Amino acid sequence: MTEQKTEWPLWEVFVRSKAGLDHKHCGSLHAVDGKMAVQMARDVYTRRMEGVSIWVVRSDQIVASDPADKGMLFDPMEDKVYRHPTFFKLPDSVDHM
Amino acid sequence: MYTQAMDVTPLPAEGPKALPSAEEAALEAAFNERIDAGGFIEAKDWMPEHYRKTLVRQISQHAHSEIVGMLPEGNWVTRAPTLKRKAILLAKIQDEGGHGLYLYSAAETLGVSRDQLLAALHAGRAKYSSIFNYPTLTWADIGVIGWLVDGAAIMNQVPICRCSYAPYARAMIRICREESFHQRQGYDALLTMMQEGTEAQRAMVQDAVDRWWWPSLMMFGPSDVDSPHSAQSMRWGIKRISNDDLRQKFIDATVPQAKVLGVSLPDPELRWNEARGHFDFGVIDWKEFWQVVGGEGPCNRERLAARVKAWEDGAWVRDAALAYAAKPHTTDQVA
Repeated sequence: MTEQKTEWPLWEVFVRSKAGLDHKHCGSLHAVDGKMAVQMARDVYTRRMEGVSIWVVRSDQIVASDPADKGMLFDPMEDKVYRHPTFFKLPDSVDHM
Repeated sequence: MYTQAMDVTPLPAEGPKALPSAEEAALEAAFNERIDAGGFIEAKDWMPEHYRKTLVRQISQHAHSEIVGMLPEGNWVTRAPTLKRKAILLAKIQDEGGHGLYLYSAAETLGVSRDQLLAALHAGRAKYSSIFNYPTLTWADIGVIGWLVDGAAIMNQVPICRCSYAPYARAMIRICREESFHQRQGYDALLTMMQEGTEAQRAMVQDAVDRWWWPSLMMFGPSDVDSPHSAQSMRWGIKRISNDDLRQKFIDATVPQAKVLGVSLPDPELRWNEARGHFDFGVIDWKEFWQVVGGEGPCNRERLAARVKAWEDGAWVRDAALAYAAKPHTTDQVA
């Protein structure tokens, strides 16, 4: 079928709801190019003024870690509890550090 | 707007099943553990093939329902009684389109393409909520749809915000935030007709209620004893509350709303049962339900024809946009 060739590419949409916050992923949509994707994201994801800024990224451009590798990938983080401030017991008089 | 009995995916034909490997058994055990602990499954997590198939079917049919649901309301855009009502109706219909898109987006995370989903709808292989196979005969129908049909949808949709498949749950949260305006605008329109309208307008509202009440109750799907796949969907955290319980909740909430409006509900057996703490209600005509689900409702053919026509008539737009994007541009180059 020629479906695959004629289907518009998929884009992931990220919206910043207000200045000071990060862009958050809110879903995807099909568009032919970046300009159209931004326009459509405005219509689909911000009908109630939910955003002040929109990013769109072609879905096939996103590189993601494999959930199956989660254990192995994050293993080095697991045993370094001294990264947390609470690991260190200080006298009460200076504990506000 | 939700689909009823749409979580029914036929199980693969019984036959000698290959025994799962030790690795697959371990993956399935971990999957079940996460579900039981109230955890979430994301798009790239391992999942049983039947879980994936069930969700593709349910989410895509939910999406189709939103898009087809734009049609009965679109029927009255040019005939809304005031500019205010017209603008409100347009906003609601735009929301339905948007909701369909949130849901297609969620379905596509499961490895299926939009074109595949639409092909299934247009060929009649995928279903949509049968409530949209009824006609909108008067302006009062638009108000009643907002009050009863969106009301029933909200009842169905709130529990899905806690569905185990996270992209579906997140889409549902976004939808529920917007859905309550749909019910309120419908009820508001009906209040205006009942409290400030003529005798004829009040009769028009009552007539619309009489036609939409039973189909709205059918939106929750058959009784759970007649829904063999409900149990599997419950076990997997896709379905959280039974069809019967949701239907009862809806009736209990709606009867007092009807009283405030001053309309009667077309069920002589509807009465408060003190012992149960719920409203008793009459028997639903499930023959009608299965007829409409099976394609013999008042508008099935018309609805599907409208969608197929829109798809076919829009082919040149899709092709032209792709051709334009493929051309080299001097500014705003594709990222």
